[in-house]
Amino acid sequence: MLYRENGQFRTSYAADQQIFPIAQDRWAILAIVVFAFVGVPLLVDEYLFRAILIPFLILSLAAIGVNILVGYCGQITLGAGAFMAVGAYAAYNFHIRLDGLPLLVSFLLGGCTAAAVGIFFGIPSLRVRGLYLAVATLAAQFFTDWVFLRVPWFTNNASSGSVSVANLQILSWQIETPTDKYLLCLTILVVFALLAKNMTRCAIGRQWMAIRDMDVAAEVIGIRPLFAKLSAFAVSSFFVGTAGALWGFVHLASWEPAAFSVDRSFQLLFMVIIGGLGSIMGSFFGAAFIVILPIMLNQFLPAIGRVFGISISTAGVSHAELIIFGVLIIFFLIKEPHGIARMWSTGKEKLRLWPFPH
Amino acid sequence: MGREFGEVILDLQSVSLAFGGVKALTDISFNVREHEIRAIIGPNGAGKSSMLNVINGVYRPQQGEIILRGQHFTRMNPYKAARAGISRTFQNIALFKGMSVIDNLMTGRNLKIRSNLLQQAFWWGPARREELAHRAKVEEVIDFLEIQHIRKTPVGRLPYGLQKRVDLGRALAMEPSILLLDEPMAGMNVEEKQDMCRFILDVNDQFGTTIVLIEHDMGVVMDVSDRVVVLDYGRKIGDGVPDEVRANPEVVSAYLGASH
Repeated sequence: MLYRENGQFRTSYAADQQIFPIAQDRWAILAIVVFAFVGVPLLVDEYLFRAILIPFLILSLAAIGVNILVGYCGQITLGAGAFMAVGAYAAYNFHIRLDGLPLLVSFLLGGCTAAAVGIFFGIPSLRVRGLYLAVATLAAQFFTDWVFLRVPWFTNNASSGSVSVANLQILSWQIETPTDKYLLCLTILVVFALLAKNMTRCAIGRQWMAIRDMDVAAEVIGIRPLFAKLSAFAVSSFFVGTAGALWGFVHLASWEPAAFSVDRSFQLLFMVIIGGLGSIMGSFFGAAFIVILPIMLNQFLPAIGRVFGISISTAGVSHAELIIFGVLIIFFLIKEPHGIARMWSTGKEKLRLWPFPH
Repeated sequence: MGREFGEVILDLQSVSLAFGGVKALTDISFNVREHEIRAIIGPNGAGKSSMLNVINGVYRPQQGEIILRGQHFTRMNPYKAARAGISRTFQNIALFKGMSVIDNLMTGRNLKIRSNLLQQAFWWGPARREELAHRAKVEEVIDFLEIQHIRKTPVGRLPYGLQKRVDLGRALAMEPSILLLDEPMAGMNVEEKQDMCRFILDVNDQFGTTIVLIEHDMGVVMDVSDRVVVLDYGRKIGDGVPDEVRANPEVVSAYLGASH
């Protein structure tokens, strides 16, 4: 009964084109954002920040980037990890080589560098599509792995091959505690998610989706595939690259190329597939599913086992975790191929009519 | 009917198109005058759709020229054609299935968007104003085609007849000067055909749009079109007003068939 839009009349196109046209949605989102900024830092302990919340926020950002490319523009990519690496290493180089460059600017320049690299590796998309394109973007993955491992300049000639950053600071704000890091990531994520949403509901987003759904028809109405595809690669890589910079600087603080291996690319791709292709909200769901669920399983399996009088060994837990996780993925994909975001919107549709079925 | 036409707006001169050894179009010339409804008819595989694809640059003919408002094009491409005010619908509906009706129509406004990516990302003044202005235009098309009730529906969920109408809507949202319709009434029932005919005539009448139409329903073609081109095996076998074409023995034997 609470979720009704009766009486909410939208009398202008501006009101109709809002991100959340239904008042309840607006309030709910506002409440969640306020809670994330104010409530969470008061309630949550350090472990939860480090192990769950910060990775979740950063990977959500990366997943939004991947979703722009795969979900909105329909160009499948296995190079997300590579673009994260480019973002991280580029931001690192800007950070150490240009003295006094503000941290946020380093992040954004890292993102821009990733965008440029993304455009380069997006060029094959003008000729090939589907799995063939996936293979072409996989080349980006191996290429960056190799570059950051073998070319010492990028790692500032670090003998161990790993790079590290310390004393992060924005203006006079020292980013030291997990709470600081969490707030930094959250702020960037909220801003970027808003930008992504705006793009996808504007002309550029429609160009991407048109190319995804029917490229010949898109061309006939005057959409240039070159621009649409490469802009999707650029924007996507910018998001992913910024996420990579955050991952390196804020989450890891010291990292080597293995942090951005092909596993990461697959992980991000699974996030958007499970979360929901072509949905910004879905990127959050997907990131939550992939980041949080394994940890939850890990925490709760022994407890559940104890209830039934079974004691599970540590190795058993980690095996069972993988099995259950895999089964859940299959279940979700069979039950709702369009991802959790679609389940969410179907659920909301039902709720609007509840208790009536139609 | 007392209909008045303008100058020749689109002129095709000895266009030939081949795919490898298969000759799709052989030395075809015909013209379209401003404000007229020009039909292209012919049996299956006669090259009708190829003809439209040549006009809006999806196919590049090996020979021949397209003259559009006095401008010569030997190599047309879809982007240039769209810029020149040519829009089209497709035989097998080519809508953007994952998008709502409104978004599909809004893509038709794409060429008129001036704001850049950054302005759009920030929902900045010009981008926002443009979005609203184009939305208002699109709503006019929606009113015109009487599809208000489905404006928010994803087109993949719509029945075939309505999808055809949305396809026409997307072409209209471009405010074209020449509209190419590839079998707009294929697979429709009588009421849907009547609606579609009404829309085509209204577009022609109210907006002055020149229309090139492929259609198999001879009743419709003979009623609505001003002049008819008949193709068979990629060659032109007839051209003229409907009555002339109907009386042409070659056309009768190739396509129309004699009445017994």
